[in-house]
Parts: sequence; C-alpha cells; structure tokens
Amino acid sequence: MNRKKALLALILALLLLPFIVTSDYYRHVFILSLIWVIIGSSWNLLSGYAGQVSFGHAIFFGTGAYTAGLCVTKLHISAWWGMLFAGPVTMIVGFIIGWICFRLRGPYFALATIAFGEIFLQVAKVWKSLTGGMLGILIIQSFRSKIPYYYIGLCLAILCVAVVYKVVNSKWGYYFVAIREDQDAAEAIGVSAFRYKTIAIIISSFFTGLAGAFYMNYMAFIDPQVVFSLHYISIMAILVSIIGGVGTIWGPPLGAFIMVWLQETFRSSIFGLAPRWVSEAHVLAFGILVIIVIRYLPNGIIGDWHKIANFFSRKPSLVSQEKS
Amino acid sequence: MYTFFQTLVAGFLIGGIYALVGIGMTLIMGVMKIINLAHGQLMMVSMYLTYVLFTQFNIDPYVALIITMPALFLLGLFIQKYFLNPLLRVESILPENQVLMTVGIGMVLTEIMRFIFRSDYKSVKTSYSMSAIYLKGLSINLPMLIAFGIALVLTIALFWFLLKTDLGKSIRATAQNKEAAVLLGVNAEWITILTYGIGAGLVAAAGSLLLPIYYLFPDIGGPFTLKAFVITMLGGMGSTVGAIVGGVVLGIAESLGSTYVSMALRDTVAMVIFILVLIFLPGGLKKITKI
Repeated sequence: MNRKKALLALILALLLLPFIVTSDYYRHVFILSLIWVIIGSSWNLLSGYAGQVSFGHAIFFGTGAYTAGLCVTKLHISAWWGMLFAGPVTMIVGFIIGWICFRLRGPYFALATIAFGEIFLQVAKVWKSLTGGMLGILIIQSFRSKIPYYYIGLCLAILCVAVVYKVVNSKWGYYFVAIREDQDAAEAIGVSAFRYKTIAIIISSFFTGLAGAFYMNYMAFIDPQVVFSLHYISIMAILVSIIGGVGTIWGPPLGAFIMVWLQETFRSSIFGLAPRWVSEAHVLAFGILVIIVIRYLPNGIIGDWHKIANFFSRKPSLVSQEKS
Repeated sequence: MYTFFQTLVAGFLIGGIYALVGIGMTLIMGVMKIINLAHGQLMMVSMYLTYVLFTQFNIDPYVALIITMPALFLLGLFIQKYFLNPLLRVESILPENQVLMTVGIGMVLTEIMRFIFRSDYKSVKTSYSMSAIYLKGLSINLPMLIAFGIALVLTIALFWFLLKTDLGKSIRATAQNKEAAVLLGVNAEWITILTYGIGAGLVAAAGSLLLPIYYLFPDIGGPFTLKAFVITMLGGMGSTVGAIVGGVVLGIAESLGSTYVSMALRDTVAMVIFILVLIFLPGGLKKITKI
C-alpha cells in the first residue's frame, strides 16, 4: 500500500514537473532522462533479467531513429509515423539478431552484439542513398515548446516500465531469471531457452526502437556516429542499468536520471560555475564513476542499497562480514 | 594480378602486427575467461608513450619498445591486481562484471589521453616512414617489414616462455583448468595478474610498432579492441597459434576487402568474418588444428 502511494506521488510529481521547471534547458535534460529510462529498462529486461548481456542496443535505437527519419526523407510523411513503424521494424531486427546470436553464450553473445553494432554503424555510414551517410537526417520539429515532447516521453517511459514490470512478474519473467541463473538447468526442466530469450529481445528491441523514433522527433537531427554509437548508446545503456541496479525494476530509471544529470552537470562545467576544463573531462568522470560503482556496488544503487544504508549508519554489515 | 599480390603482401605484413595484438588478448581470455575491452586502449596508451618518447627525447619508435613494454606490463599488473581481481570476490547478478570494468578502464584511459593530448590526429615522421624495398616489382613498406620482423621475434620469445619456463607452464595450466592448477600449487591469482601484464606488454609492442605506419588519436583504441576480438575468435579462445593465423587472415582479408570491395567498408570486413566464424566455426581455428 505504501509503495502504491509512493508510486502515485512519483507519477504526479512527474506530471506536474514542466510547470515547476520553466527553464527549457532543464526540461530538455528531463526529456533526455526519460529517453534513457526507456532504453535502460529495455536493456535491463534482456540483460538484467534474461542474462544476455547486450553491447548492441545502439542497433535498435539507431534502427528506430532511422525508421522515423526515413519516413520524412523517403515517404514524405511526418516522423511521428515512425513511432508506429519503429516498433515493428526494430522487433524484426531484434528477432533476426537474436536468432543468430542466441546460439552463443556469455561473452560470445556480448561480442557478437558488438560486431553487429559495428556493422550497422558502417552500413549506415556507407549507404548514402538511403541514410544520407555521414550527413545524417535533418527534419523540422513539430513543436516549438518542450512540453509536448516531455509528456510524450513520459507516457512512453511509464508504458515501458509498466510493461517490464508486468513481464518480469509473469511466468515469462521467472523463465528469464531461470535462464540467467543456469541455462542448462532451465532447459532440463523444459524451458525453451531460445524461445524465451527471443521474447526478451523482441520486447527489449521494441521499446528501444520507440525511444529511437522519439529521439528523432525530438532532436530533429540524427547521424550514424551518434545513434549507432557503441559508446554513446550501447555502453551508456549498460551503465544506466549498472549504476541503478541490474535486474531490478527501478534500477534503470534511477540510473537514467543519475547518469543523464551527471553527464549534463559535467558537460556544462557544473552549470557554468566551474572552470571550462571540467566539461572536457565529462567522459572521464563518467568512466571513474563506472569503475567505482562496479568495484564497490556491483549490483547498483538499488541492488546494493543495504550496503549504502549500512555505510551511513556505520553498523557492520552481516553480509559483508560473511563475504570477507 | 599485380594488384592482387601487392594487396596480399600488405595484408600479410599488417597481419603480423595484428597477431601481436591478438596474442595478448587470447592469453588474457584463455586464463581469465573474460573479454578485455580495454585492450585497444592499452595499445593507444603505448602509442602515446612512444609518441612522447619520439618527440621529446628523440627516441626511435622501435627503440621505444624497450620502455613501452615494461611500462604497460606494470600498468597491466596494476589494473588486474587492483581493479579486476577484487571483483571475483564480490557477488553480483551479472557474471560480466569484469568485462564491464574493462569498459570503464578503457574509457578512463582514452579520456586521460584526450585530456592531455587533445583529440588531434598525430603522427610520427621518421626518416624511413615512407621508404620501401622492391622485390620483383612488388613494393614492400619498410616500417611494416621491420614491424613484422620484431613481431615475429616477440612471438617466438613468448612461445619459448610459455613452453619452457615454469611460469609459462603455470599460465598454460591455469588456462586449461584453473581448479586443477590451483590444487597442484599454482598461485592462480598471481598468474592472472602476470597474464594481464604480459598481454598489456605485447599489445604495447604492437602500439610502438604501428606508430610509424599509423596516425594516432585518443579513440584509436576501440577499433583495435574489436580487431583483437576477431583475431581471438578466429583463432579460438586461448590458442596462441590460432591468434597468429587469425591475425594474418584478418590482415589479408581487410586488405583484399579494401582493394576489391570498398575502402569505406574495410572495418566491416572484420565484423562480417567475425560473425561468420561465431556462427559456423564457434571454436575458431583451434577446433581444426587442435593447437
């Protein structure tokens, strides 16, 4: 009951947010955070729950973004149609990639997804007649105000988190975790690992694709180096979940807000207060944060919450004593 | 026909250096069973070190090997001891935590270099950078040939180390079966530290050897990390002989790809090979050659 109230309060706060925050810059950062909530949550479904660590979510994000962009440049319809097409298209891409890669396990799967990510990046760069090559795609934004984008992003984010929540707490979710913990044992009791991994990647790619299409609409400009980037998208998707907590519902949304705000804080040199060199070091700060979190909080802020709580209450933790 | 042989020669020579990149990776993968996503970034650090030694102290890149290899060896020891090994003792949901840690380390290394040297492209102009020798009409780039020779010597030295010394034998034993090796008195933790150090040292050598041929910028590490995977997968995880063959195959395939398909798709060739190998030959060449 208490949880439900907290959730309602959170949603209410998010709904009222654009009226409290009037600066367009901060609204922009909130919209970016919401996009990352979607990507992080969908990454988490495939990797955190089903255990298939993907280094290639940029494939789905990029595919979604290009689907929306191509609606404008090739079909001459609004990029919002892309939101309709992006889901199915990325689902197909996800299915094909899953079909090829799911015969591989653990690090091999991760490697294959990196390889596919690079192939998509290169193809998007080289296939100039379709994608515009390195020049990317430029469209005209539909709204001048940020508020409509904020609400659309919020709806998508809530939808995504709700679907992930539903899936994880259903039979499928338990199969996912069984496959993550021990694929052979899961198969021995009759869980088709291949089928459930495919389900996971399809849902995951669907939402990442939607996020991509929304990004296209919002930013009005994409180029292959950004939307298919291993660093800016694929690894960021992992970091968002790692920081918040892999295999938890609320980890990725929390991680998304932390990472985006941290990134923006550094990129703007702590909102103009610090000297300029701080902004040059923003990726460095990022990397250091990753190292610290993985080293000390391997299950993320939500997953290792008891460690943080114990650290501040200065009580020796039973769990950590046992492990050391 | 001339173009074909010229392409083949160029591919073969660059393949020798790729092999050196790949051997380090395959050693690390064999012993620790993790992908080292900071591999190319270690090479990039070595390249910057070589660059500084050349511009500040006028030390020839090939001589700089003597400094870069031990330096990166120590850096590797440090990374493994203080960042990667401690992760084995903490429990986490994802087994790939060590891999993600190497991502973080790679990012930090890249950004430190970007911070110091900016994102500009740099290159080293030695007196022999552009020189070539001609053999029956085929031109052979001299720095590439020297690099190939040094790579060969280092590879042979590594083989001698792995086959003849006790430490080398311990490394091979740990790679084959960690539990059994520990039971027989191998200090597995020290072996993983040492292996990472050796892997870093070898890739450092590759960096110094590449500098006269390649240009240098902070993000150069990423593509080389990917190349190192392809080589490792092609050769079979943990197989040093496989890594050499894999390196040469990759070099030749890239060369042929950029000559006959498209220069722009050069890096895609490697990825396509990689996926084909993963699907059709999951164990790599190791499965065929059994070495």
